[in-house]
Amino acid sequence: MYLFYSLQIQVGKGLPTAEEAFNFFTLNFDPDPPDVIETSSRRRQKQRKTTDEDEEHEDVDEDIQEENETQSEEAPLVQTQEDLFVIDQSPQDFLEIRKAEYVGYQKLLQLQSELLFTPSFRTVPTSIKLPENMKPRYLEDEGLYVGERPPVSLTNENILENRILKMEEKWFGDDGRIIALPNPIKESSTRPPLFHMEEALDPALQTVYRKAVKSKYANLYIAGAADPEGDYQLDVDVSGLIFSHHPLFSREHILGARLAQLYDQYLTRQRNNLTGHLTDKLNGLRNALRNMLESHSGLNPTQCFSKYYRSTRHLRDSEQEKDRTLLKNIVKVWKEIKALREFQKFTNTPYKLYLRRENVDRVSDEQDYEDEILAEVVELEAETEEEYQNKLAEYKKRLEEWKLCRKKQDVSESEGPTDEPPPKPEPPERPDLGSIEQWVREKALRIRRKPGEAILIPELSASANITASELCPRAEKARREDVARRSLFTKILYNDKEVSRTDSRSLNTDFRVHFGQIFNLKIVNCPQSISLQVFEEIGSSCSLLAQVFLPVPEPSVVTGSVPLEEFEFSSNQRVMFDHEGVGSDVPLSFEADGSNKQSLLTSGKVSCCVSWGIGDDDVPLAPPISQQPGGVHSGKGHLDAVSYIGASGLYDMKKIGEWAKQSRLDPNDPKNASIMQLLKVASSGEVTAPEYFRLEHLQEEFNFVTDEELEKSGRFRLLKLRNQEVAEFRNYKFIPALEREVTDTVFQEYEKRLKEGEVIDTKEHLDSHRALVAKYLQKIRESVINRFLLAKHHYLLSDLVTEEEIPTIGILGINLFKLAEPKRPLKPQRKERKKVTAQNLSDGDIKLLVNIIRAYDIPVRRLQSKHLIVPFRAALGFPTRYSTKSNLILLYTSSRVRPFVEVSFQRTVLQTATADGPNPCWNEELQLPFSAPNGDYSTASLQSVKDEVFINIFDEVVHETNDKNRGKSIQTHIEKRWLGSVKIPFSTIYSQSKIEGTFKVNTPAVLLGYSKEKSHFTNSGFDILRSLSEGTFITLFITVDPQLVPGESVREKFDTQEDERLLQASERFERDAAQRYPDRPCITTVIDLSGKTVFITRYIRPLSPPKELLDEFPNNPLEATPLVARFVSLIPSLPDQVSLSATCDLWSTCDQFLTLLAGDEEEHAVLLCNYFLSLGKKAWLIIGTAIPEGPTAYVLTLEQNLYLIWNPSSGQFYGQYDTFCPLQAVGCLVNADNVWFNIQQYTSPMRVSFDITKANLWKPFFSRTFSHPGLSSIQPEELVYRRTDRAAAAELQDRIERILKEKIMEWRPRQPTRWNRYCTTTLKQFLPKLELIRGQDVAEGHRHELQSLLGDYRISGFPLNLVFSEIRPIIEAVYSTGIHSVQASNVEFALAVYVHPYPNNVMSVWIYLASLVLT
Amino acid sequence: MAASNPSVFLLTVNGHIEGANFPEYDNLYCKYCFVYGHDWAPTTGLEEGITQIASKSSQASHRLIWNFPLGTTFKSTNPSGWPQLVVSVYGPDVFGNDVVRGYGATHIPFTPGQHTKTIPMFVPEPTWRLQKFTGWLTGRRPEYTDPKVVAQGEGREVTRVHSQGFVSVSFLIMTKDMKKMDYETGPSGPANKASATSG
Repeated sequence: MYLFYSLQIQVGKGLPTAEEAFNFFTLNFDPDPPDVIETSSRRRQKQRKTTDEDEEHEDVDEDIQEENETQSEEAPLVQTQEDLFVIDQSPQDFLEIRKAEYVGYQKLLQLQSELLFTPSFRTVPTSIKLPENMKPRYLEDEGLYVGERPPVSLTNENILENRILKMEEKWFGDDGRIIALPNPIKESSTRPPLFHMEEALDPALQTVYRKAVKSKYANLYIAGAADPEGDYQLDVDVSGLIFSHHPLFSREHILGARLAQLYDQYLTRQRNNLTGHLTDKLNGLRNALRNMLESHSGLNPTQCFSKYYRSTRHLRDSEQEKDRTLLKNIVKVWKEIKALREFQKFTNTPYKLYLRRENVDRVSDEQDYEDEILAEVVELEAETEEEYQNKLAEYKKRLEEWKLCRKKQDVSESEGPTDEPPPKPEPPERPDLGSIEQWVREKALRIRRKPGEAILIPELSASANITASELCPRAEKARREDVARRSLFTKILYNDKEVSRTDSRSLNTDFRVHFGQIFNLKIVNCPQSISLQVFEEIGSSCSLLAQVFLPVPEPSVVTGSVPLEEFEFSSNQRVMFDHEGVGSDVPLSFEADGSNKQSLLTSGKVSCCVSWGIGDDDVPLAPPISQQPGGVHSGKGHLDAVSYIGASGLYDMKKIGEWAKQSRLDPNDPKNASIMQLLKVASSGEVTAPEYFRLEHLQEEFNFVTDEELEKSGRFRLLKLRNQEVAEFRNYKFIPALEREVTDTVFQEYEKRLKEGEVIDTKEHLDSHRALVAKYLQKIRESVINRFLLAKHHYLLSDLVTEEEIPTIGILGINLFKLAEPKRPLKPQRKERKKVTAQNLSDGDIKLLVNIIRAYDIPVRRLQSKHLIVPFRAALGFPTRYSTKSNLILLYTSSRVRPFVEVSFQRTVLQTATADGPNPCWNEELQLPFSAPNGDYSTASLQSVKDEVFINIFDEVVHETNDKNRGKSIQTHIEKRWLGSVKIPFSTIYSQSKIEGTFKVNTPAVLLGYSKEKSHFTNSGFDILRSLSEGTFITLFITVDPQLVPGESVREKFDTQEDERLLQASERFERDAAQRYPDRPCITTVIDLSGKTVFITRYIRPLSPPKELLDEFPNNPLEATPLVARFVSLIPSLPDQVSLSATCDLWSTCDQFLTLLAGDEEEHAVLLCNYFLSLGKKAWLIIGTAIPEGPTAYVLTLEQNLYLIWNPSSGQFYGQYDTFCPLQAVGCLVNADNVWFNIQQYTSPMRVSFDITKANLWKPFFSRTFSHPGLSSIQPEELVYRRTDRAAAAELQDRIERILKEKIMEWRPRQPTRWNRYCTTTLKQFLPKLELIRGQDVAEGHRHELQSLLGDYRISGFPLNLVFSEIRPIIEAVYSTGIHSVQASNVEFALAVYVHPYPNNVMSVWIYLASLVLT
Repeated sequence: MAASNPSVFLLTVNGHIEGANFPEYDNLYCKYCFVYGHDWAPTTGLEEGITQIASKSSQASHRLIWNFPLGTTFKSTNPSGWPQLVVSVYGPDVFGNDVVRGYGATHIPFTPGQHTKTIPMFVPEPTWRLQKFTGWLTGRRPEYTDPKVVAQGEGREVTRVHSQGFVSVSFLIMTKDMKKMDYETGPSGPANKASATSG
């Protein structure tokens, strides 16, 4: 059935046709029983029918089949006969269906519990942990030291204990706790503290300069080892080895070895023949003594001589005794061997001892013997006698003393017993001379050959036959087989490294192995140790038997000159055998009763020698002695002072000390320094390691050249300065490759600048104080730059990768909305341009676009020439000048003024077309090229551009002069007259990226020949408002094309002394403000000059203005207000980014500001605010945006319910509702107590309510929840003003005048420049008056006065009022007025300068410029 | 021959931008430029260049072949700031927008002789996945503000890139007077020979 089903599907897919299916089926089922065929064919027929009928029905068919199938599985198997057949064949016969096995959870747990073990947390009782019937023992209680255990939590310890218990391992100590080593962590740090910041460093930590040593031995390598000619060769000759004991020794072997050893001893003694020597010596001495006695009869032989004689005799006796015992032992051992051989009935060793008898002449021998004894007896008798005499003398002396004492005692008997009487000395016993002879004879018998006895000379030979193995018992056979199985080899280790090994040699029955190999080691490393390791091989396994250390030979030891030496070795391995082998470290006895047990250890001798090889030309291939590793500096590597001085092998400190004392080392010799050091350490008892370690002690080795060289070399200096990004060298190209090509001129400018700090250049600054300030500023600048250099190298992703902004839902919506926008809207909006990073710009890429739109209220010409008299008289006649003038104006409206605008920037001058009338409309765009200083278009460089854009309004005047000489031709002169200017610093444009608005034009206080026109045509309210702010205005739009990315503020967190909580609060406050009102500036913390973050309210504190200013209006302090404002405005403005060439806003305090005499708007505002506060006004700092400054600070005062807004940099004030107030947006207000953020709907001052008490309009920083912590002000308590220096002012005045005159003449190279001295003096008198009234409304009288004085001249001129900072801006300002460009031939000039000094070197500079043309 | 005491050394770079292996992209072109230190200046040859647009062949090797010759000579006084070749590969995406396909840089080999370099290329990754999608859609993938960024180490830590493709460049390098100014650049034999031939 399954089969059918699957086939059915195939059919359903339409692959085989019915025919194919038929064939397939018939073929398939041919061999099947006919019953099956029947059923299948029936089915097939049915099937074919369905396919033939309709193929689409097949799905249905399939379903049916499927149904059948499910039925067949579930229903009872036998339904019909037909089914039964099919079922017979179905795979169900082969399948077995069974219930899924399920193990119950409980059972599972049970099963798991058999496998898993979960240690419990519970404490294990001590009794379980300890062996049974044992009580815990507490070592601590017993007074033993127990270290502190490392801290382990109780739970973990319990778990561990449980686990160990389960594993049944012994890990518990006697006290029932887990065995633990003491806590290794020390309680205090062991590093030496480094507290000395200013003081001299600990001498131990002082860095010591040591010149780099080209050490060939840094790695203990021998010099020149790498060179082919300088190879050193160490020859190690391993000749063989002999076992003096081996586990496989049989008993006989032991005895044999002993015999051999004794025989060896005998031979050596025989060779040395000490006894013979000593006997001869003794005889010689005896003779000498005898001679002495004879010649000096009666004279005692000298004490020491006899003593020496005696000691020699003693030595001889002992040697003789040793000889004798040795011989006895040899004979004894040989006897034992013989006994053993007989006992075991086989021979194992080839030893055979012959005792050669050497017969002597008995008579002479006896004679000699007796003589000898007699001589000795005589000598001894003499000695004893002498001794006796000595003792007797002593006794007598003592007896005398005693007697004396006794007598004394008798006398003083009555006085009672005083002292214990000394005992009566015993008289010495007379030595028994007879016994001496007996003693001598006994001794002679013991140690000497008997007289007449033959001299026994043992001879050991290995000629005995070893019994063949077949004849031996089984145990011995096993032993011999074992011996045959073993083989030995030796490894040669050089500096603990295996360098070679000998061949493996089988162990002989005599336990001697002969290698006879010489190893030539070519060495590179200094020899430190050479050792041989003896290995025994049994089959394939080998075991280390012993290690033999060989001394490193001295360089003089060369191959061929040294004999083989024998080095003993032994091993303490315990080996036991069940055969005849005695084993090692096994007690055994040779006695029959088993007593006198001894255990022997495997031992033996290696015969080998180590020597230096000899080269072809007989040169030893040994490193010279001076190249021993001790030559390496003591700081590095192993200190081997001993081998350094050549005393190799002496490693015992005490011995070295003795040796040093004996050899009288010169302690001052630097060669001996290391050994003296070593001895010092040794004598002090402990080796003290230095208590510090150094990092990078190899730094010196990495130095390229020495520091001096680095300093001296001009090339290196250049490279260094460039790397430090010093301004002069930042972009220096092609530093010469050679030292000699670096000229000194390169550094001149730089050095000059460095020097400038010290030398004050008054010429440049006209004023010594300014020069000082400039220097101070320079210092601040440097420090700030240094601080920001690092920050500059921090990059953000946006610096490197340009990426599309993520479109937010809002932007997406706007974009969708845009699709529906009209293509050309009626009121188009400026689109944001693409910003360009400054780095890939070059000259000419940047243009300054100035769009001049319109101007208002330009002064109009007063008619002069023929109509001159009329208006002037009228003006003089009527006190109210406007009303009459208006009539006049109406009369001459034809062309009162023809203004045009000239924009000059970086000495490029462009001008607009000339318009007509006092309210012209130009709507013209001027493009000025911009070039950055030194072609450096980096952000930092652009920020520090000091250039200003001058926008000057001129009047074009056309003169028609009749040239009398030429008859009737009319000459037309076009003359331009300066009417006013607006100047905008480039830095402002750069940071704002666009400036748009209506600006007040700085018009001169007096404009000769011009007057203000008042509009009389409208009477709207607008007019009233405008009258409040008298002046000329111009509407401008300025931008830079392409748009430059203004430098971002430095991303650095600054130091601070503020409370962390306050900083967090301020950060939160600013963030909230930025989120809700992104366009409103909000400042709560600022950075002061030292680079610290300071809370802004600390800057506000009432500070009294200079007394002079207040003294001018002693009665009315209100009057002083404008004067104070003027004083503040006279302090020059200098944007921070210009002065510091980095984008950061530093706020200086008022005293710093007054010292620097330069500052931002913020500093002006703070100072003004503080002055106002001290004048008793209600004043606030406004943080807002203004044109053209952008984000800036203004001052707000409340006077008589009217809010006044002060522009601190110009000294002007505006009412709250003034249209032309430059302040555009109010962000927040600051006073000493709080900061309020503007949360009103509007920001424009006109629409803002300044009532800070309303919490829904102004959000205070310090509120009830976060109260003012009482921040103290950082301003000084009082400002100290320096007195006005009038003399300096006068001097400055003269100098400015001179310079300006020179300049004007310089600007007119083609025409002569005549100076009208009369006019000049007149003007000069007038200037102080202007200062007095602060350039406000000018007395008409002045003009008239001037006019009357200079009646015939057509005069045009104006006074300029400037803030004094430097001479350059003054020249610029004069130049921009274009007064020098008058072309008329008969022109004369007048120039007057007046410098009005204010306290603290604040100067107001007035320049009156006039040109006079004779009409 | 030049004076015995030269004050500058010369480095002549000849070679080819042979081609690239970008399995996924086609119709690519390559821009190259040299980035070098303050003490270097090109004396002859092009400092920047742009190749033709190359398509993959339908044959077995799916390589893009540009065979764009390089030939520039630099003079210098200081090996610091050794020139680097910066290559950037661009090509159209699905919508036909020109997008960057890879940036890569390699130092000019400093041993004289022939060298073949295979420069692995990479492109900056968008910061957000959404940006990846919009970038794909608008054809404005993130790009380096300046391709020369890839030749500098400073500030790279802020970027994330993923690699795609290789560009192979063959160089033929000659130097002059390097040895005279005590700069050793590799095996002494060939260096001598090459400087002799170049001089």
